[in-house]
Amino acid sequence: MSQGTLYDKVWDEHKVTQLPNGQDQLFVGLHLIHEVTSPQAFGMLRERDIEVARPDLTHATVDHIVPTSDQSRPYSDDAAEEMMSELEQNVREANIEFSDPSTGDQGIVHVIGPEQGITQPGKTIVCGDSHTSTHGAFGALAFGIGTSQIRDVLATQCIAMEKQKVRKIQVDGELGAGVEAKDIILEIIRRLGTDGGVGYVYEYAGEAIENLDMEGRMSICNMSIEGGARAGYVNPDETTYEWMKETDYFQENPEKFDELKPYWESIRSDEDAEYDDVVHIDASELEPVVTWGTTPGQGIGITEPIPHPEDLPEDKQETARRAQEHMRVEPGETMAGYDIDVVFLGSCTNARLPDLRRAAAIVEGRDVDDSVRAMVVPGSQRVQEAAEEEGLADVFREAGFEWRNAGCSMCLGMNEDQLEGDEASASSSNRNFVGRQGSKDGRTVLMNPQMVAAAAITGEVTDVRELPEVTPV
Amino acid sequence: MSDFDADIPEVRAVSETGVPIRGNDIDTDQIIPARFMKVVTFDGLGQFAFFDVRYDDDDNQKAHPMNEERFNEANVMVVNDNFGCGSSREHAPQALMRWGIDAFIGESFAEIFAGNCLALGMPTVTADSETIADLQDWVEANPDGDIDIDVENETVTYGGQTVDVDVDDAQRQALVEGIWDTTALMSANSGEISATAASLPYLK
Ligand code: SF4
Repeated sequence: MSQGTLYDKVWDEHKVTQLPNGQDQLFVGLHLIHEVTSPQAFGMLRERDIEVARPDLTHATVDHIVPTSDQSRPYSDDAAEEMMSELEQNVREANIEFSDPSTGDQGIVHVIGPEQGITQPGKTIVCGDSHTSTHGAFGALAFGIGTSQIRDVLATQCIAMEKQKVRKIQVDGELGAGVEAKDIILEIIRRLGTDGGVGYVYEYAGEAIENLDMEGRMSICNMSIEGGARAGYVNPDETTYEWMKETDYFQENPEKFDELKPYWESIRSDEDAEYDDVVHIDASELEPVVTWGTTPGQGIGITEPIPHPEDLPEDKQETARRAQEHMRVEPGETMAGYDIDVVFLGSCTNARLPDLRRAAAIVEGRDVDDSVRAMVVPGSQRVQEAAEEEGLADVFREAGFEWRNAGCSMCLGMNEDQLEGDEASASSSNRNFVGRQGSKDGRTVLMNPQMVAAAAITGEVTDVRELPEVTPV
Repeated sequence: MSDFDADIPEVRAVSETGVPIRGNDIDTDQIIPARFMKVVTFDGLGQFAFFDVRYDDDDNQKAHPMNEERFNEANVMVVNDNFGCGSSREHAPQALMRWGIDAFIGESFAEIFAGNCLALGMPTVTADSETIADLQDWVEANPDGDIDIDVENETVTYGGQTVDVDVDDAQRQALVEGIWDTTALMSANSGEISATAASLPYLK
């Protein structure tokens, strides 16, 4: 078992007791809720006549079903309106703070928590959403939970869990041009498999991780779950503290920063911490990674050939064959040149300000290919506002992108933004499962924001490092 | 925190007919496509389980075990590797439960999926690929045949033979002792909860 890691320390700090079923009861420092997975839990609470235990440690937003174009109420989609109304009623009754669209603070739950400073190092954070692992970027212990567990947390502010093993993923070396945090995590999942992390929590460490900004760290932790690890984290450091200082919470309570910093320092993994497993990755060897299949583990460097199913481990062959049939890709070829119909720059993986900046730098002075429908969906209203102020929105619009309002949008196709028929998308999101983007015949190619931008320009999967220079007019 | 009746049923054994669902890495998007999640209660989700693999674009039935009359009454789903991977949506086990499933036997289950099943009192029992393949073939040939899952002793009996299976220790204990309803278990510790909260630096 691991010892002296951040995971061990934060776990111990929050452990209430051991339950008769052998699980530990952990106190939850922050419970984030959204409209899709919480209503059923509130329903279960009502059935049992239980009240929300700690509304003060609960925070709500609306993201999955919120329309990203016309947000006037009632929403044109009845089901979306029903979910929104239900959430509004639940938060009102329980007195839970709600970052609704009228506040200017609304956005994807994994974008707004960090923005508002309620995501903090050393907290336990849960949400009925698997990408809650995102918040681990701050040195929090954060994981997705199911609806019954949401009920548990609403009722008791606690969660019942078994302790997991800890795998340290040491990423050394420097990233090359066009290569980003997203490529590191796609590479990790490709190497360790989509179930390689089952039973583990991932600690991301090493020079390449330390050099990332908080947004990059969030992109990596976000996709821990795609590698099977329910949580992933980065030890807090100066980069983390700088972020915290700027957030609402610490702007309003500056004395809290000095009070809490010693705690944050104390939960960092010890130099001599013991891990259950250690994996090394050399960031300098990476190139932009794109997926060729229908799981995030089916990724490949942009210049590498798509694998022949028979060259893969036996248990992966059938899935690979089916994936290649669905995607209509040929083993032996590269993904470069794969036709793209739709471009989606968004999601809790890659829709924060620096993501949009890097993509805009590629788009500037170029035009979206005629055959492509391209959209940018900022991760939050704050990202949206900042991007509009610094002119990024105009860069995208001038190139031919649609500039939308904040939400999950085409990451999962629960609102009106969906793939149609067998359209292929270049997407900065985290899942390429069949049907994920709203059409069961739709095809999703995951990649980093710069690569998404390059695909929008050329209408095909393109190595952003090879994009021809813009010819001055 | 209010008290409530904490009478949790024990799940020692399940004895019912099966339905084979073949394939590795069947994710929750397949089990219940996202568009059916726009609901505020779980009632009625059963009819949408595996919808996109059961129906074509015009809502006509496709070849799928869950569309076959002989599996209509099945309660044990026999699956392969990494079943229930992907999104943590509890709609997936809820949909399958409301379709009629009470227990799963498979090569392996995604962790969150298995946790969600446990919260509903549904066992997720595992065995090696050969055992699963044999069982799937047998269910195919014997849709009316009973499968007895003995959670406590980690065996499955079907067609006159008994095979060893694995049930995660914590899951086994929770099911067998009727301590799988964690809301009830944790509510009992309100004193300790307050003490832990009071000790946290960020809540001071
Ligand atoms: S952006 Fe996508 S992955 Fe992130 S919370 Fe929304 S639906 Fe989930």
